[in-house]
Amino acid sequence: MIKRSFLGLVAPKLQYNLAPDPVQDLPVPNTVTLLLRGAQNGAGVTAFKVGEAVKTGQRLASSPDSSEYVISSVTGSISAMAPYVDSYGRKFTAITIQTGGQDEWDAGFSKGPTLDTALKFLEYAPGNPSFKAFADPEKTIRTIVVNGMDQDLLLTANQYVVQNEASDVKSGVEALKKITGVDRVLMAVPENLVQQASTTGAEVKTVRDTYPEGLPHMIMKDVVGQVVSADDTLADAGAVFVSAEAVAAIGAAFNAGQPPVTKVLTVVAKDGSTRNVRARIGTPLGDVLKACNVAVNDRDRLILGGPMRGAASYSEDLPVEPGTDGIVVQDDADSAQTTDYPCINCGECVRICPVRIPVNMLVRFLEARLYEDAAAMYDLDCCVECGLCSYVCVSRIPIFQYIKLGKYELSLIETAEAANE
Amino acid sequence: MSNEKKPVVPHDLFPWKPAKEAGKAPAKKLVVAHAPFWHDGGKISTKNYHIMLAALPAVLMGISQYGAPALGVIAFAMACAMISELVWNLVLGKSISIGDGSAAVTGLMLGMLMPATAPWWVVLLGTFIAIVVGKQIFGGIGFNPLNPPLLALAMLVISFRGIFDFNEALRHYDLGFVMTYPLADLKAFGPAAIEKFSLGDLFMGRQAGAIGSTFGLGLIVGGVYLMLRGYVRWEISLSFLAGVFITALLFNLSDSAKYAGPLFHLFTGYTLIAAFFVVPEDSSSPANFIPMLLFGALAGLMTVLIRNIGAYVDGVPFSILLMNLANPLLDKIRPKAIGKVVENA
Repeated sequence: MIKRSFLGLVAPKLQYNLAPDPVQDLPVPNTVTLLLRGAQNGAGVTAFKVGEAVKTGQRLASSPDSSEYVISSVTGSISAMAPYVDSYGRKFTAITIQTGGQDEWDAGFSKGPTLDTALKFLEYAPGNPSFKAFADPEKTIRTIVVNGMDQDLLLTANQYVVQNEASDVKSGVEALKKITGVDRVLMAVPENLVQQASTTGAEVKTVRDTYPEGLPHMIMKDVVGQVVSADDTLADAGAVFVSAEAVAAIGAAFNAGQPPVTKVLTVVAKDGSTRNVRARIGTPLGDVLKACNVAVNDRDRLILGGPMRGAASYSEDLPVEPGTDGIVVQDDADSAQTTDYPCINCGECVRICPVRIPVNMLVRFLEARLYEDAAAMYDLDCCVECGLCSYVCVSRIPIFQYIKLGKYELSLIETAEAANE
Repeated sequence: MSNEKKPVVPHDLFPWKPAKEAGKAPAKKLVVAHAPFWHDGGKISTKNYHIMLAALPAVLMGISQYGAPALGVIAFAMACAMISELVWNLVLGKSISIGDGSAAVTGLMLGMLMPATAPWWVVLLGTFIAIVVGKQIFGGIGFNPLNPPLLALAMLVISFRGIFDFNEALRHYDLGFVMTYPLADLKAFGPAAIEKFSLGDLFMGRQAGAIGSTFGLGLIVGGVYLMLRGYVRWEISLSFLAGVFITALLFNLSDSAKYAGPLFHLFTGYTLIAAFFVVPEDSSSPANFIPMLLFGALAGLMTVLIRNIGAYVDGVPFSILLMNLANPLLDKIRPKAIGKVVENA
């Protein structure tokens, strides 16, 4: 953990981990669990049932025309289907597949790069690339940004891919251009990866190596030179972000004719040592940790993602998902404790906020549950969710949590309003 | 505690695990929390202990000059402040907050602003006003709109003028330097009367005044330490000093026979202790850059205005309290958040 520097006058500098570790391939696990969005409790899942055999690369959707799907990462048979609700209340069907024998590849994936294939198979690729914006006639996408930075401190999965799989990234960039018809493909990388990135055929831009410069909104502002307004999504602003790992996976998929089924992730042990592994999507976290010889004890934190933006998970049985860039195991003694102290108005958060939100006022409104006022007067919507305000808070207020809660509650209000109209 | 009695059934949490298997091995109990999982280690108590540490040079100088009475006032003020806070916590059934050091700092500051001869009941009353009236009735730490020690000082100065008349209060002391209160001399007799004070003496604490506010060098060392460590906002401290300096300079330039020079104003009265320990108090001062500069500069301007053309000998308590009231308004001057959509009516 990076502590406050002696000279508190200067803002703390949190540097990304810029030295990707080599990747260790993990064996195929005994079971994988895939979380299929929507269709809770297996209800409405008509396309397949428990006991059915599945092949590697097979598309599993609740019904043939559903846009939500998972891609089986192993060959075997479905051993269980159960409801699962994540920490934001989103409903999933957890499909557990018992692995059996050698990989047999499903023939559903066609080699020709088309938007239809991408929509049907590649949204479950590592990094969860989204192609919906390209299919949406109301959105004009002018730029695809290949993000070669990792989204959190300590993690290096994306940088590893840029460093070692530049040829896959190159075919991925070509495939993306062909699929989407977008000519302008930018690639944002840290300075030390410019050489590898320049072989991919994308327009290379450098990103500063301090957190949170690698976040999409910061790249849009500092690298692309376009501020995304708080009311808009990135796609509204004409840009789609795809992680470098996703691009490499797309390239490899079209080269081999097989959809991607593995994910590179950084495992951070309690002593802060990092290593990269490549696991089948759906591998239980416990299997990954066991393979890395990382022990997890009672009261530890098991963080999916990185230390600033990750989500602490309650179980080692949860699976590696396409968006899981890292697993951080943190000892109870090392973890940041929050308090119920009020804001003392010291202004640390105001000075560190990368988008200049008056966090000192915002947190007062959020604590009082005045979410609409917080959005209208104190820029709740502008937040890029970097977590630095909580990191420096001297009162140790869970500001980031309040912000996420506020955004969540507002989204519920908006959904309810839309339903009433 | 009741949670611990009821065992967590793993099967409820992981419905995709077969019940048999889930029941077998007791699941590890992991702690779930929200991001971020790192913290820079800053704490309110650390901050307050550093403020006390930085105040030590000035306090020790005061104690070495005035002896046991000064020590008594400081210690009694700190003790009373902490006990007031504790009693308030207990009476209202709130969590005990004296461990954060905020009450101790308030007590220390008030002690430093008082003459060594202040009677015990004035100290007791002052700390009660500072803690309960100044801070706790607004909701405690972080909610006080006014600076608590200054509010108490202002009320005491208005109520017991004789006790805070340093010429009268310190009349029995002879410490080997001019024992009249410089600002009182200036107010009564004009700049001609202050020629007997050398700037060096004023800077080194060889002047009459409150316990912790006369030793300029010590206060500056402490203040620079706090600014470098990031425990006080340099913008406020420096703009306050600049406000005092520039206003005093303008007065001095307009009529040097009537108004003292800027350095005299910097090194006398409560100027330096206010600049580094009082004005940048967190809750009652702004957090944005331009408001911080305005806040400090205007407080400095008001201080010299009161000293030069107002009724009081030292303008510090009143100028800063006035600016505290303007703080919420000032802090509205802020940069547009990046991505903010401005709706034009």
